[in-house]
Amino acid sequence: MFVKIFRILGRNIRDSFKSVFRNFSLSLASIACIVITLIVVSIAMILSFNVNNFTKAVERDMTIVAFLNRDISLERIEEIKDEINVINYVESFTFEDKMTISEEMMEESSDFDSILGKYEQREDNPLLDAFQIKVTDINQIENVANQISEIDGVYNVKYGEGMVEQLVSVFDIVKKISYGVVIALVIVTAFLISNTIKITIFSRKREIEIMRLVGASNINIKIPFIFEGLFLGLFGSVIPVLVTIFGYEALYNTFNGQVISPFIQLIVPLPFTYFVSIALIAIGILVGMFGSWRAVKKYLKI
Amino acid sequence: MDLIRIKNVEKTYKTGVTAIYDLSLNIEKGEFVFIIGSTGCGKSTLIKMLYREEKPTSGIINIGGINVSKLKNRNVYKIRRKIGVVFQDFKLLPKLTVYENVAFALEIFGLPTSEVHSKVIKSLELVGLKHKAKNYPHQLSGGEQQRVAIARAIVNGPKLLICDEPTGNLDESTSMEIMKVLEEINKLGTTIIMVTHDTEIVDKMKKRVILLDSGRIVKDYKEGEYVREDI
Repeated sequence: MFVKIFRILGRNIRDSFKSVFRNFSLSLASIACIVITLIVVSIAMILSFNVNNFTKAVERDMTIVAFLNRDISLERIEEIKDEINVINYVESFTFEDKMTISEEMMEESSDFDSILGKYEQREDNPLLDAFQIKVTDINQIENVANQISEIDGVYNVKYGEGMVEQLVSVFDIVKKISYGVVIALVIVTAFLISNTIKITIFSRKREIEIMRLVGASNINIKIPFIFEGLFLGLFGSVIPVLVTIFGYEALYNTFNGQVISPFIQLIVPLPFTYFVSIALIAIGILVGMFGSWRAVKKYLKI
Repeated sequence: MDLIRIKNVEKTYKTGVTAIYDLSLNIEKGEFVFIIGSTGCGKSTLIKMLYREEKPTSGIINIGGINVSKLKNRNVYKIRRKIGVVFQDFKLLPKLTVYENVAFALEIFGLPTSEVHSKVIKSLELVGLKHKAKNYPHQLSGGEQQRVAIARAIVNGPKLLICDEPTGNLDESTSMEIMKVLEEINKLGTTIIMVTHDTEIVDKMKKRVILLDSGRIVKDYKEGEYVREDI
């Protein structure tokens, strides 16, 4: 029984493969359609992943800076550390001692050296001790900042109010739009390919009729066409995969991995383009099979 | 023993045209039967119901134990695998070679390749086209194409071979070649039903002849009874 099924399946695959080449001009139409749409899908995917990547990078860099009162005691600083620790959504924080900061500044520039050099005692230092706090969820940054500002001994809290919220909501919209575009493109591709294959299968109505005549069941008829769709999708994804892998690499090298400013970093090509390629092949195959299946169904008497 | 039992079959198309009126007919195993009649007499409808391309409006058609009239569309293949059909326009797949066209009918059953090969070669030998196995249909003459179609129809050893005007597109001498092939197949035990309007062939063959007119059987000539009238 299994031997028989595999034998039939093997023949179906062989015949589908032959059929792609024997109906080459028709296959070419379907393949061209798949190639073009998959390239567009690839571009949309690369764009949306990069926007996503950039958004995440920016979000990672977002920090809350909490300045402490100038006359704060070292004991109180230790207490504040414990208090920050128990706040929700705090990922990590660092304490920046005002003496360390002033030393760094003095090393950086002789101007600072001449001004800050006068204050050798901690009590005299005009700078403020500060905490830098990172949050786990960018949407909670305001909430966390508010909680920290209420801690006794905290003088002031800065986190780029207003700008952060705006940036977050813009990124959110961009992310949603780019995902939407990719999904819409895949669906449109599926139907476009389905219709192209339908047109090409129309010319093979006779073939289906003869298959029925010699005793092919509906499954017998459908399977070779579905495999044919699989091959069309597979062949159709070759060029988009090459374009993705080499095109993105070239793009990355031309821009030195960044767009406009070092602030906007591109995703490193490998293994990123491999993932995109696998997705493209999968989309090509599924969409090709779906297209054939939908197209052949029309010509079967069920 | 009867291979085909047709009982009180009536066929009315959706357009309201009735093609067959209350037709009953038995055909024995191993018979060679001609169905003749003028255009529109219902002979095409009758054989289309035999291979279940059409469904009778009422009545029973039983072929070798299968009630064809009750067969659902998705089960049509069950009867198609038991009978062979040959058409006026051959219905070969132009993109497949002669060998592939014949093998096609066997491969869908999942037969082992060696068995497919031996059956296809045997079938092509029977119609005398073994040497053209690698050709494509368009490289063959009309008569040869029809012989390929016959080879495909008989390759899985059907009990019944239905021929719908198999000589309609062929000249006289080619037609007689086809008839010789069919007679040979009949001698090997396959029942043959052939629809034709070529009364000359019918006259020469001296077989059972069923004359249809306006959807009814007007005359059922026994073997050798039929004499062509319009000479």
